[in-house]
Amino acid sequence: MIEVNGNIVDFVENETVKDLLKRMKYTFPNVVVKINGKLVKRADFADTVIHNDSKVAVIHMISGG
Amino acid sequence: MNVEKAEKIRMKLQKSSVGIAGAGGLGSNVVISLARAGVGRLVIVDYDKVEESNLNRQYYFRDQIGMVKVEALKENIKKIDESIKVEIINNKLRPGFMHKPFNNVDVIVEALDEAEIKTSFIEDIMNNFPEKPLVACSGVSGYGNIERVNTKKLGNLYMVYDKDAKDSDKDVLMAPRVCLMANWQANIVLDIILGEDK
Repeated sequence: MIEVNGNIVDFVENETVKDLLKRMKYTFPNVVVKINGKLVKRADFADTVIHNDSKVAVIHMISGG
Repeated sequence: MNVEKAEKIRMKLQKSSVGIAGAGGLGSNVVISLARAGVGRLVIVDYDKVEESNLNRQYYFRDQIGMVKVEALKENIKKIDESIKVEIINNKLRPGFMHKPFNNVDVIVEALDEAEIKTSFIEDIMNNFPEKPLVACSGVSGYGNIERVNTKKLGNLYMVYDKDAKDSDKDVLMAPRVCLMANWQANIVLDIILGEDK
Protein backbone atom coordinates (compact mmCIF):
# COMPACT_ATOMS: atom_id res chain seq x y z
CA MET A 1 0.00 0.00 0.00
CA ILE A 2 1.07 3.58 -0.55
CA GLU A 3 -0.40 6.82 0.72
CA VAL A 4 -1.28 9.58 -1.74
CA ASN A 5 -2.41 12.91 -0.25
CA GLY A 6 -3.63 11.05 2.82
CA ASN A 7 -5.55 8.36 0.87
CA ILE A 8 -4.44 4.74 0.98
CA VAL A 9 -4.07 3.26 -2.50
CA ASP A 10 -2.74 -0.05 -3.86
CA PHE A 11 0.97 -0.49 -4.38
CA VAL A 12 1.88 -1.26 -7.99
CA GLU A 13 5.24 -2.87 -8.77
CA ASN A 14 7.61 -0.63 -10.79
CA GLU A 15 5.15 2.24 -10.89
CA THR A 16 6.75 5.61 -11.66
CA VAL A 17 5.54 9.02 -10.47
CA LYS A 18 4.27 9.63 -14.00
CA ASP A 19 2.26 6.37 -13.91
CA LEU A 20 0.84 7.14 -10.48
CA LEU A 21 -0.34 10.62 -11.51
CA LYS A 22 -2.10 8.99 -14.46
CA ARG A 23 -3.64 6.27 -12.26
CA MET A 24 -4.87 8.90 -9.77
CA LYS A 25 -6.27 10.93 -12.72
CA TYR A 26 -4.18 13.96 -11.68
CA THR A 27 -4.09 15.63 -15.06
CA PHE A 28 -2.80 19.04 -13.93
CA PRO A 29 0.31 20.05 -15.87
CA ASN A 30 2.11 21.72 -12.96
CA VAL A 31 2.47 19.72 -9.77
CA VAL A 32 4.90 19.61 -6.89
CA VAL A 33 5.52 16.00 -5.78
CA LYS A 34 7.20 14.89 -2.59
CA ILE A 35 7.82 11.26 -1.71
CA ASN A 36 8.60 10.57 1.95
CA GLY A 37 9.45 14.26 2.35
CA LYS A 38 11.81 14.41 -0.61
CA LEU A 39 11.10 16.52 -3.69
CA VAL A 40 10.82 14.77 -7.06
CA LYS A 41 11.42 17.23 -9.91
CA ARG A 42 9.05 17.14 -12.88
CA ALA A 43 11.95 16.14 -15.13
CA ASP A 44 12.34 12.95 -13.04
CA PHE A 45 8.68 11.85 -12.92
CA ALA A 46 9.11 9.22 -15.65
CA ASP A 47 12.22 7.67 -14.04
CA THR A 48 11.29 7.72 -10.37
CA VAL A 49 9.83 4.42 -9.14
CA ILE A 50 7.61 4.49 -6.07
CA HIS A 51 8.43 1.92 -3.40
CA ASN A 52 5.91 0.13 -1.22
CA ASP A 53 4.80 1.99 1.95
CA SER A 54 5.75 5.36 0.46
CA LYS A 55 3.95 8.54 1.43
CA VAL A 56 3.31 10.68 -1.63
CA ALA A 57 2.17 14.32 -1.59
CA VAL A 58 0.94 15.95 -4.78
CA ILE A 59 0.26 19.68 -4.88
CA HIS A 60 -1.34 21.25 -7.90
CA MET A 61 0.02 24.69 -8.80
CA ILE A 62 -2.66 27.08 -10.08
CA SER A 63 -1.87 30.33 -11.90
CA GLY A 64 -2.52 33.64 -10.15
CA GLY A 65 -0.45 35.79 -7.86
CA MET B 1 -0.92 45.08 24.78
CA ASN B 2 1.76 42.88 26.30
CA VAL B 3 4.69 45.33 26.14
CA GLU B 4 7.32 42.77 27.12
CA LYS B 5 6.17 40.33 24.43
CA ALA B 6 5.97 43.11 21.82
CA GLU B 7 9.53 44.20 22.57
CA LYS B 8 10.87 40.64 22.36
CA ILE B 9 9.11 40.18 19.00
CA ARG B 10 10.33 43.53 17.71
CA MET B 11 13.95 42.62 18.44
CA LYS B 12 13.65 39.22 16.83
CA LEU B 13 11.94 40.50 13.67
CA GLN B 14 14.41 43.36 13.28
CA LYS B 15 17.21 40.79 12.97
CA SER B 16 15.29 38.65 10.49
CA SER B 17 15.31 38.67 6.68
CA VAL B 18 12.75 37.53 4.13
CA GLY B 19 13.13 37.07 0.36
CA ILE B 20 10.09 37.57 -1.86
CA ALA B 21 9.92 36.29 -5.44
CA GLY B 22 7.36 38.41 -7.30
CA ALA B 23 5.95 41.85 -6.51
CA GLY B 24 2.45 41.47 -7.91
CA GLY B 25 -0.80 40.82 -6.06
CA LEU B 26 0.69 38.39 -3.57
CA GLY B 27 4.23 39.79 -3.31
CA SER B 28 3.43 43.49 -2.90
CA ASN B 29 0.90 42.76 -0.15
CA VAL B 30 3.14 40.23 1.63
CA VAL B 31 5.99 42.76 1.64
CA ILE B 32 3.87 45.59 3.06
CA SER B 33 2.56 43.40 5.89
CA LEU B 34 6.06 42.17 6.73
CA ALA B 35 7.33 45.77 6.69
CA ARG B 36 4.57 46.85 9.07
CA ALA B 37 5.30 43.84 11.30
CA GLY B 38 8.94 44.98 11.53
CA VAL B 39 10.99 42.47 9.50
CA GLY B 40 14.47 44.07 9.33
CA ARG B 41 15.58 43.13 5.82
CA LEU B 42 13.56 42.40 2.68
CA VAL B 43 14.92 41.09 -0.63
CA ILE B 44 12.41 41.60 -3.47
CA VAL B 45 12.73 40.29 -7.03
CA ASP B 46 10.44 41.25 -9.93
CA TYR B 47 10.92 42.38 -13.56
CA ASP B 48 7.63 44.16 -14.24
CA LYS B 49 6.41 47.75 -14.29
CA VAL B 50 3.30 49.06 -12.51
CA GLU B 51 0.24 49.09 -14.77
CA GLU B 52 -3.18 50.62 -14.24
CA SER B 53 -4.76 47.15 -14.21
CA ASN B 54 -2.61 46.20 -11.18
CA LEU B 55 -4.22 48.79 -8.92
CA ASN B 56 -7.31 46.66 -8.17
CA ARG B 57 -5.22 44.41 -5.89
CA GLN B 58 -1.52 45.29 -5.83
CA TYR B 59 0.08 47.69 -3.35
CA TYR B 60 0.80 50.53 -5.77
CA PHE B 61 -0.76 53.92 -6.50
CA ARG B 62 -1.87 55.90 -9.56
CA ASP B 63 1.20 58.13 -9.52
CA GLN B 64 3.40 55.02 -9.70
CA ILE B 65 2.02 53.74 -13.04
CA GLY B 66 4.98 53.07 -15.35
CA MET B 67 7.49 52.74 -12.51
CA VAL B 68 9.57 49.60 -12.06
CA LYS B 69 7.60 47.58 -9.49
CA VAL B 70 10.46 46.84 -7.10
CA GLU B 71 11.37 50.55 -7.01
CA ALA B 72 7.77 51.60 -6.42
CA LEU B 73 7.43 49.00 -3.67
CA LYS B 74 10.65 50.15 -1.99
CA GLU B 75 9.25 53.70 -1.99
CA ASN B 76 6.04 52.44 -0.34
CA ILE B 77 7.96 50.45 2.29
CA LYS B 78 10.09 53.48 3.15
CA LYS B 79 6.91 55.53 3.69
CA ILE B 80 6.00 53.05 6.41
CA ASP B 81 9.44 52.51 7.97
CA GLU B 82 12.64 54.16 6.79
CA SER B 83 14.87 51.86 8.81
CA ILE B 84 14.00 48.64 6.93
CA LYS B 85 16.78 47.41 4.68
CA VAL B 86 15.27 46.83 1.25
CA GLU B 87 17.25 45.06 -1.46
CA ILE B 88 15.58 45.12 -4.86
CA ILE B 89 16.41 43.13 -7.97
CA ASN B 90 14.71 44.23 -11.19
CA ASN B 91 15.18 41.03 -13.11
CA LYS B 92 13.34 37.99 -14.38
CA LEU B 93 14.03 34.77 -12.47
CA ARG B 94 15.38 32.08 -14.78
CA PRO B 95 14.57 28.39 -14.15
CA GLY B 96 17.62 26.64 -12.72
CA PHE B 97 18.91 29.87 -11.14
CA MET B 98 15.81 31.09 -9.35
CA HIS B 99 17.31 30.46 -5.91
CA LYS B 100 20.33 32.75 -6.50
CA PRO B 101 19.02 36.02 -4.97
CA PHE B 102 17.81 34.23 -1.83
CA ASN B 103 21.00 32.68 -0.47
CA ASN B 104 21.12 35.08 2.43
CA VAL B 105 17.57 35.23 3.82
CA ASP B 106 15.88 33.34 6.67
CA VAL B 107 12.58 32.63 4.90
CA ILE B 108 11.57 32.66 1.22
CA VAL B 109 8.14 33.61 -0.12
CA GLU B 110 6.91 32.38 -3.51
CA ALA B 111 4.63 35.11 -4.88
CA LEU B 112 4.84 34.43 -8.61
CA ASP B 113 2.05 34.34 -11.14
CA GLU B 114 2.08 31.50 -13.69
CA ALA B 115 1.71 27.91 -12.48
CA GLU B 116 4.67 26.77 -14.56
CA ILE B 117 7.00 29.42 -13.08
CA LYS B 118 5.69 28.81 -9.56
CA THR B 119 6.48 25.11 -9.91
CA SER B 120 9.99 25.79 -11.28
CA PHE B 121 10.67 28.16 -8.40
CA ILE B 122 9.58 25.65 -5.76
CA GLU B 123 11.76 22.98 -7.42
CA ASP B 124 14.79 25.30 -7.53
CA ILE B 125 14.45 26.39 -3.91
CA MET B 126 13.78 22.91 -2.48
CA ASN B 127 16.66 21.52 -4.51
CA ASN B 128 19.23 24.16 -3.57
CA PHE B 129 18.08 25.18 -0.09
CA PRO B 130 16.35 22.06 1.31
CA GLU B 131 16.70 23.40 4.87
CA LYS B 132 15.21 26.84 4.18
CA PRO B 133 11.52 27.52 4.92
CA LEU B 134 9.56 28.31 1.76
CA VAL B 135 6.06 29.81 1.90
CA ALA B 136 4.20 29.37 -1.39
CA CYS B 137 0.65 29.95 -2.59
CA SER B 138 -1.63 28.26 -5.10
CA GLY B 139 -5.24 29.14 -5.99
CA VAL B 140 -5.80 32.88 -5.40
CA SER B 141 -8.31 33.69 -8.12
CA GLY B 142 -11.99 34.49 -7.63
CA TYR B 143 -13.86 35.75 -4.56
CA GLY B 144 -15.53 34.09 -1.58
CA ASN B 145 -14.73 30.45 -0.73
CA ILE B 146 -11.98 31.42 1.68
CA GLU B 147 -12.91 28.40 3.86
CA ARG B 148 -11.51 26.17 1.11
CA VAL B 149 -8.03 27.59 1.77
CA ASN B 150 -5.69 25.79 4.12
CA THR B 151 -2.01 25.54 4.92
CA LYS B 152 -0.41 22.37 3.62
CA LYS B 153 2.89 21.75 5.37
CA LEU B 154 5.33 19.38 3.67
CA GLY B 155 8.63 19.57 5.55
CA ASN B 156 9.98 23.08 4.97
CA LEU B 157 7.38 23.86 2.31
CA TYR B 158 4.32 25.73 3.58
CA MET B 159 1.66 25.95 0.90
CA VAL B 160 -1.31 28.33 1.19
CA TYR B 161 -3.59 26.23 -0.92
CA ASP B 162 -7.03 26.17 -2.49
CA LYS B 163 -6.94 23.12 -4.72
CA ASP B 164 -10.39 23.89 -6.15
CA ALA B 165 -9.61 27.41 -7.39
CA LYS B 166 -9.46 28.05 -11.13
CA ASP B 167 -6.43 29.24 -13.05
CA SER B 168 -6.41 33.05 -13.08
CA ASP B 169 -6.80 33.18 -16.88
CA LYS B 170 -10.20 31.48 -16.44
CA ASP B 171 -11.29 33.62 -13.48
CA VAL B 172 -10.75 37.06 -11.95
CA LEU B 173 -8.15 38.38 -9.52
CA MET B 174 -9.61 40.64 -6.84
CA ALA B 175 -8.18 42.43 -3.83
CA PRO B 176 -10.03 40.67 -0.98
CA ARG B 177 -9.00 37.11 -1.83
CA VAL B 178 -5.52 38.01 -3.11
CA CYS B 179 -4.81 40.10 0.01
CA LEU B 180 -6.23 37.43 2.34
CA MET B 181 -3.91 34.82 0.86
CA ALA B 182 -0.93 37.22 0.76
CA ASN B 183 -1.45 38.01 4.42
CA TRP B 184 -1.95 34.30 5.15
CA GLN B 185 1.56 33.84 3.71
CA ALA B 186 2.92 36.78 5.76
CA ASN B 187 1.32 35.31 8.89
CA ILE B 188 3.09 31.98 8.30
CA VAL B 189 6.39 33.85 7.81
CA LEU B 190 5.99 35.47 11.24
CA ASP B 191 5.14 32.11 12.77
CA ILE B 192 8.31 30.59 11.30
CA ILE B 193 10.56 33.44 12.45
CA LEU B 194 9.08 33.90 15.91
CA GLY B 195 8.45 30.24 16.68
CA GLU B 196 8.30 29.75 20.41
CA ASP B 197 7.48 33.42 21.17
CA LYS B 198 3.77 32.99 20.43
